[in-house]
Amino acid sequence: MILIENLHKKFGKNKVLQGVELNFEAGGIYAILGPNGSGKSTLIKCILGMVLPDQGSLSVSGHSIRGKWVYREQINYLPQIADFPGNLKVKELLSMIKDLRGQPSEESELVKLFELQSYLDKKLSTLSGGTKQKVNLVLTFMFDSSLLILDEPTTGLDPSSLISLKRLIRTEKEMGKTILLSSHIMQFVEEIADEIVYLLEGKIYFKGSINSLKELTGENDVEHAIAAIATTKVYV
Amino acid sequence: MNHITLLFLFLGVLWHGARPPAVLEVCDSCTYKTVTDAIDSAQAYDTILIKAGTYKEFDLKIRKPLTILGQDLPTIDGQNQGEILTIQSDEVTIGGIRIINVGTSYTKDFAAIRVVKSKDFIIRDMVLEHLFFGIYLEKATRGKVLNNIVKGDAEEEFNSGNGIQLWHCTFIEVIHNHIEKVRDGIYLEFSDNINITGNTSKNNVRYGLHFMFSNNDIYQGNSFVNNGAGVAVMFSKKIIMKRNVFKENWGTAAFGLLLKEINDSEILDNHFLENTIGIQVEGANRVSYSNNLFRRNGWAVKVRGACYGNTFSGNSFINNSFDLSYNSNINDNVFKRNYWSEYTGYDLDKNGIGDVPYRPVKLFSYIVNRTPETIVLLRSFFMDLIDFSEKVSPAFTPDNLVDAYPLMKQKL
Amino acid sequence: MFKILKYSVYDLMRSRWSYVYLLFYLMLGFVLLFLNNDLSKAVITLMNIIVVLVPLIGTIFGIMYYYNSKEFTDLLLAQPIRRSSIFLGLYLGVAGSLSLSLIIGLGLPFLIYGLFKSGVIWDFSLLLLIGTSLSFIFTALSFNIAISQDNKIKGFGYTVLLWLFMAVIYDGLFLLSLIVFEEYPLDRFSIIATMLNPIDLSRILILLKLDIAALLGYTGAVFQKFFGTQSGLIIALCVLMLWTVFPVWRLLHRAERKDF
Repeated sequence: MILIENLHKKFGKNKVLQGVELNFEAGGIYAILGPNGSGKSTLIKCILGMVLPDQGSLSVSGHSIRGKWVYREQINYLPQIADFPGNLKVKELLSMIKDLRGQPSEESELVKLFELQSYLDKKLSTLSGGTKQKVNLVLTFMFDSSLLILDEPTTGLDPSSLISLKRLIRTEKEMGKTILLSSHIMQFVEEIADEIVYLLEGKIYFKGSINSLKELTGENDVEHAIAAIATTKVYV
Repeated sequence: MNHITLLFLFLGVLWHGARPPAVLEVCDSCTYKTVTDAIDSAQAYDTILIKAGTYKEFDLKIRKPLTILGQDLPTIDGQNQGEILTIQSDEVTIGGIRIINVGTSYTKDFAAIRVVKSKDFIIRDMVLEHLFFGIYLEKATRGKVLNNIVKGDAEEEFNSGNGIQLWHCTFIEVIHNHIEKVRDGIYLEFSDNINITGNTSKNNVRYGLHFMFSNNDIYQGNSFVNNGAGVAVMFSKKIIMKRNVFKENWGTAAFGLLLKEINDSEILDNHFLENTIGIQVEGANRVSYSNNLFRRNGWAVKVRGACYGNTFSGNSFINNSFDLSYNSNINDNVFKRNYWSEYTGYDLDKNGIGDVPYRPVKLFSYIVNRTPETIVLLRSFFMDLIDFSEKVSPAFTPDNLVDAYPLMKQKL
Repeated sequence: MFKILKYSVYDLMRSRWSYVYLLFYLMLGFVLLFLNNDLSKAVITLMNIIVVLVPLIGTIFGIMYYYNSKEFTDLLLAQPIRRSSIFLGLYLGVAGSLSLSLIIGLGLPFLIYGLFKSGVIWDFSLLLLIGTSLSFIFTALSFNIAISQDNKIKGFGYTVLLWLFMAVIYDGLFLLSLIVFEEYPLDRFSIIATMLNPIDLSRILILLKLDIAALLGYTGAVFQKFFGTQSGLIIALCVLMLWTVFPVWRLLHRAERKDF
């Protein structure tokens, strides 16, 4: 689904990605892990074409994405910080994105699921962080696309919404979609991810299933396992 | 009017005592079919009365004292053949006739009416159209030119003539004439003691009024509108210019009034409205400018060359782009008690005179004088800014050019 | 692109600032006409204001809007939309609504005071045309600064500097060079120097159409000879176009290469 070869990116002198090689097969849930500033968001933005790599190639569904934009029709993206134009109402935002993408969408179920009905006529600037994140989730899941990219989807969610989110992600997977997410919450990752990618200082330190991570490091706990690879060598 | 004329003639005849004056009528069914016939047959002090109709005649020479009057504005059509009426005798009166189609020539100054070396003539109520020169007075004296309408169709300077021209004349009155679309509306050369009053001269190709080498003349209550360049008074002295209106003389080289080498003259109570340059002064000495109104001119007064002993007082300068521009030293010219609409000073003692002197020369005007090309920055924000700062703290504009007693209110 | 344009215009219509701007022009138009009741004189005064204020408002409004729509652009960048469409849409939205405010704000008072019956309709149309191009030019320039400068304070400072340079400093330098080189023929230099600054070019184009052009004297005649001909006017309008097209091109070029 996504093939990344020798990806380099630096911002000024700060080398954010240094020769990232990744291959995400279609139909799976992949979690990208790493401390703050490890390059997770940059990697995701590279896939989306928002950040342009200095070197290396990126392809989605077998086609290089350099200078392309149409491929984003098959991607649903959930940005990390949900900042929306403040003077729009929730309803207007939903219809605007629908209008802009021009694809069929199913937002009413999602609005009900996240209990957003009463917020539809509110301006986005008046919403709390958690509610904004719910709106963000609705925007992401309302289109039927083969690739979902979720940057910190759990931020600010209450427990029941978190459960709904997990259910949503699983449903999408059952429909054969590819899901790429980044998160800090190990429990969430452990519960949901088929494979994890560990990124540190712009390099891949580990890629594989959680079980293989545990085996490799000899730790039973995911958090400890992660900490272990961060301090030792590369296990790819 | 005819009665008065007849009475006048009657008295004239009594004076001369010979035969009673005859009235010779000219019309299709009269004894005299043409004006020429009538003039030939008339004797001195007769009256020729031309009735309504069109008479295709030209080169009419009047060599005896005659009164030639039109009834119901007859037309003499010169068919562009040349000069039409030439007066070569004293005491000739003509009036009430329309004269059209004067011939145009590059070698001869054909006129609708020419007066040559004559005295005591009256030219009144004439209508002159399609002409080269209108009324041409040559070495004439003690004559009157009254209530005539001169309407040319001049387009270019080189092939057009003047409306009323005075050459080597003295003691002539030019009153209440209306002159339009000729080269110079009224032109004076070597003519002294001329009185030009209440005329309207407009839309002329060159000047509304033009003086050359003429002294002791007065022109007052005239209005000069939209002429190619305005009014030019050149190489003359002791001219009085009073209560005239100089208006809308607008164009790159236009001005309301041009003074070139003028001495000992007075300019008072005139209105200079919306001219590119209100008065352009090129060498004028001992001229007094008082109680004039300058409104909405590009430059109200533009002084070039050396000018000595001029006085500006009681004038009102209102909304001109530049009030004053000098390209030379100030040479003891005096500005006092004028009203300047841009004056922003105060009058604490309430005596009607501002307590702070006014500097009429703007910095921009000063710069433009130095480097004329800088005029491209006209009305730019930058220029407004530096003019303002110069006004607040003068650094460049001449120190001695000030009105130390600026009026707080416009003098009426 | 048209969808983006639609939403940015929609967004601007709800913004208070568009109305402040519109009201400002409406008041300006009415006050001017109320004060001198003479359309042609009002056109001259208006020129002074347009040539200075439209660029100022264009730059400041442009940069504010760009920075304020950061969330909007970020949201759009992840959508299947061409980058150039996003920025072109935003730009046209701002420049278009600024121009619209100008045209409505000034046009309305003049219409009420009988513009169509007066002879200044062509002068007035030229004024609006030039006001519109100045809006487009200076919004494009401010967008250029904004896209190259993520620091809002710096970006804002640069735009104010840009305006100050174009409206004031440039003319100061122009004046200095005219005085320093007064010995040389300056006609061609003046024409070129005028062309290079859209504010000066606009001012001269309007001046030449008005009576006041007579004050320009000989220099004016040279300008008239150049701009008065059809080709001169076309060149002038092309220069104004270039002043719009080049910054827009650079904006899109930068947008394609920028990381968000």
